[in-house]
Amino acid sequence: MTLNSNIPDGPIEKKWDNHKFNTKLVNPANKRKYNIIVVGTGLAGASASATFGELGYNVKAFCFQDSPRRAHSIAAQGGINAAKNYQNDGDSVYRLFYDTVKGGDFRSREANVYRLAQISLNIIDQCAAQGVPFAREYGGTLANRSFGGAQVSRTFYARGQTGQQLLLGAYQALSRQIHKKKVTMFPRTEMLDVIVSNGRAIGIVVRDLVTGEISSHLADAVVLATGGYSNAYFLSTNAMGCNVTAGWRAHKKGAYFANPCYTQIHPTCIPVSGEYQSKLTLMSESLRNDGRIWVPKEKGDKRPANEIPDEERDYYLETRYPSFGNLVPRDVASRNAKERCDAGYGVGETGLGVYLDFRDSIKRLGEQAIRERYGNLFEMYERITGENPYKVPMRIFPAPHYTMGGLWVDYNLMTNVDGLFAIGEANFSDHGANRLGASALMQGLADGYFVIPYTIGGYLAKVNPGEVDENDSAVKEAVNQVEETTEKLISIKGKQSADYFHKKLGRIIWNECGMSRTKEGLEKAINEIPKLKGEFWENLSIPGNSKTLNQELEKAGRVADFLEFGELMCIDALTREESCGGHFREESQTETGEAKRIDERFSYVSAWEYKGENEKPELHKEELEFEHVKPSQRSYK
Amino acid sequence: MKITLHIWRQKDSKSKGFLEKHLLDNVSPHMSFLEMLDVLNESLVSGGKEPVAFEHDCREGICGSCSMMINGCAHGPQAKTTACQLHMRSFKDGDSIYIEPWRAKAFPIIKDLVVDRNSLDRIVEAGGYISVSIGAAPDANSIPVSKNIADTAMDAAACIGCGACVAACPNGSAMLFTAAKVAHLNVLPQGQPERKTRVKAMVKQMDEELFGGCTNHGECQEACPKGISIDFIGLLNRDYLKASFSRDE
Ligand SMILES: Cc1cc2nc3c(=O)[nH]c(=O)nc-3n(C[C@H](O)[C@H](O)[C@H](O)COP(=O)(O)OP(=O)(O)OC[C@H]3O[C@@H](n4cnc5c(N)ncnc54)[C@H](O)[C@@H]3O)c2cc1C
Ligand code: FES
Repeated sequence: MTLNSNIPDGPIEKKWDNHKFNTKLVNPANKRKYNIIVVGTGLAGASASATFGELGYNVKAFCFQDSPRRAHSIAAQGGINAAKNYQNDGDSVYRLFYDTVKGGDFRSREANVYRLAQISLNIIDQCAAQGVPFAREYGGTLANRSFGGAQVSRTFYARGQTGQQLLLGAYQALSRQIHKKKVTMFPRTEMLDVIVSNGRAIGIVVRDLVTGEISSHLADAVVLATGGYSNAYFLSTNAMGCNVTAGWRAHKKGAYFANPCYTQIHPTCIPVSGEYQSKLTLMSESLRNDGRIWVPKEKGDKRPANEIPDEERDYYLETRYPSFGNLVPRDVASRNAKERCDAGYGVGETGLGVYLDFRDSIKRLGEQAIRERYGNLFEMYERITGENPYKVPMRIFPAPHYTMGGLWVDYNLMTNVDGLFAIGEANFSDHGANRLGASALMQGLADGYFVIPYTIGGYLAKVNPGEVDENDSAVKEAVNQVEETTEKLISIKGKQSADYFHKKLGRIIWNECGMSRTKEGLEKAINEIPKLKGEFWENLSIPGNSKTLNQELEKAGRVADFLEFGELMCIDALTREESCGGHFREESQTETGEAKRIDERFSYVSAWEYKGENEKPELHKEELEFEHVKPSQRSYK
Repeated sequence: MKITLHIWRQKDSKSKGFLEKHLLDNVSPHMSFLEMLDVLNESLVSGGKEPVAFEHDCREGICGSCSMMINGCAHGPQAKTTACQLHMRSFKDGDSIYIEPWRAKAFPIIKDLVVDRNSLDRIVEAGGYISVSIGAAPDANSIPVSKNIADTAMDAAACIGCGACVAACPNGSAMLFTAAKVAHLNVLPQGQPERKTRVKAMVKQMDEELFGGCTNHGECQEACPKGISIDFIGLLNRDYLKASFSRDE
């Protein structure tokens, strides 16, 4: 199969408008005859379901939490970008487009990113009208801040709870459609397979997490809005339930997985405190505006931080990157912290941490000023660590945070399987090899409110409503397969929990396919992961049965998929012999040790095709072209 | 630290539940409360025994999934802290801890510590939104909202929908939850056109679910991990009264 991104013709500013005009429409009276399945109720899924319902389609929406409002989008803190230029500081659609393509290290599609920047304007209007309580100026207009190193103030926020408030807005719009019976909501229901018949997605197989019942749901189109896969690393800033199951099972049914090795490691998270650690907590990036990062100059120096005099401290970012200092981009800050710790200079009990010190800003600005800026973050830090960051420096360490990779989709957000769409963090489309702060929320809502409602119409206009057939053999086959896998998992009756294997997998991927990678390490991982997978299928323990609420069974299914997916991450990383975006390939560096992108060889999207169990996946390449933003090397020296 | 746990076990909604005792002798004060439960479950699973079912997801105090009574308090002893944000350093070596599910008629128990809270979703479905069609919104700055109104709306909107208020209330009332959502939307200019219908529909739904009435105990405010104020209940009552006496729908 050839990959066709279906990017419309015409100048970049006109592509989306032209495309909307040229896309076939579904007759309004016919809309109610079409059924759409949406898996996921995060920003992407909730906004899409609400919009489809409003347009008149029949929607079934699914999530594994007990309520759609609890999707992981709820946890986003910082904000959402939009090129409103309300601050009159020179922002524009073009500038947001430019920054995003550049931030993605020239590995995203220009046309998609341009559309995202255009739509960013509508998102803020929509959310404000829904009652999202964005921060305001005294005059009543919307407030902005600058975020993640952007040179303009284009980030909109609602205290430190932007994701929560945007999700509640979408959840409310969704609730309205549920009330009108245009959307049927299935909470506590996990999708375990896509049903594909003759190359077309016609439904899904799900398990009711309370009764254990496995059943099928059919529809004219299926949309996956199932979020990101950072939990492949076990420890990440994502919620505990985030997983790759929906995407992976779609992949096994023919959907290509794009750029699985593109992950973002966030530099400022609270370090691991012990073996029992279950997740990592993000500390806002804004802390780097006033905190100074350092480690002791002497290896293994165990003195309390405050007793180490200035001349014995290594403010390594300030010395290595004099012009950006502590404000270097996420990947650079993360990589340097890891390098210092690997070299033996890390702090804290585990040695996996660096100091983020506010001593000097407190001295300069006073404790009160620091409290006003970061009070809630300092409190959160103290609640988790028991240490007071006004008195002793914070300890931070990088953690997996976001996944730019995802299901391959074309300009219409459709995968290479007809009728199967992917939106939000679950697709790969807009962030290239690195995502800028505050742009995931923007993409989720752009996809859900403003892109897919049009593009799905273009697809549906070409198929007859309700022509999917319950008696299609693919339905029964998919259901049987899910039932078999479930029983197989439960009947292993070994000795170890799903978490035990998940932690082991996480360690392998973190070490070999994290911030920095080598050919040797990746080959080692590709060798180790299948062994771990073998051990999993022999020694997993799931007490209880499959006909009740069984959280161990849920976890085990997700870990089984991570074990297969983790291998693909490493295979993808191995083929990408360049340093790019969020990751550093040690063999590909400049003379001064900085990341070296290799455009001549790697300016493409890697789209992987599943070839069967224990078979090598096949790589397809979508070449990227840059007409507007000319690729250049990043430098922060 | 050594900790003795007494945890509610209940096979399903129909079975009878009971308190089960477990001893943990290697608890680190740096563990979160849920990590302590993970350690217990890990040992149960490797011994082939069913782990304790409990709800959790973000573990950052924002998704509202975690929900348990810890020594008789919703989310445990620390003020303005969800169970997932509570750490074992809040307890002492040798402590006994009682862990039970939310107890309220409107929240039937599903298993162990997991309860069904969809009654809260239905209250929102009844009217907890602003009916604005997607794509029809005017420029965001065309509706100015004064800073203190926006701040009040945000204070109310901070509710995470965990249901601690219901669990803490002697009557099992969802008044604080409903009031928070009503207030969030009813104080904003965008929420004015539906101000009356919203409050009526949401209160009606609340009454149809199995929630108890509000008799001003104030326990809800104490238990709320986000510090939502009972002043919002006053606002709900005023709006409800006005809506009941008004003829326009
Ligand atoms: C701590 C943190 C802070 C962040 N802060 C910011 C920020 O400030 N700005 C920003 O732009 N981005 C931020 N991000 C990133 C951003 O929050 C996410 O990328 C985005 O919210 C993802 O939205 P989504 O709709 O794609 O997926 P999610 O919100 O993850 O939703 C996934 C949905 O899919 C469902 N689901 C998954 N699998 C299945 C299945 N098999 N069956 C049924 N249902 C399933 C889940 O139930 C859920 O409803 C942050 C991320 C984290 C972790
Ligand atoms: S787990 Fe999300 S609030 Fe506790």
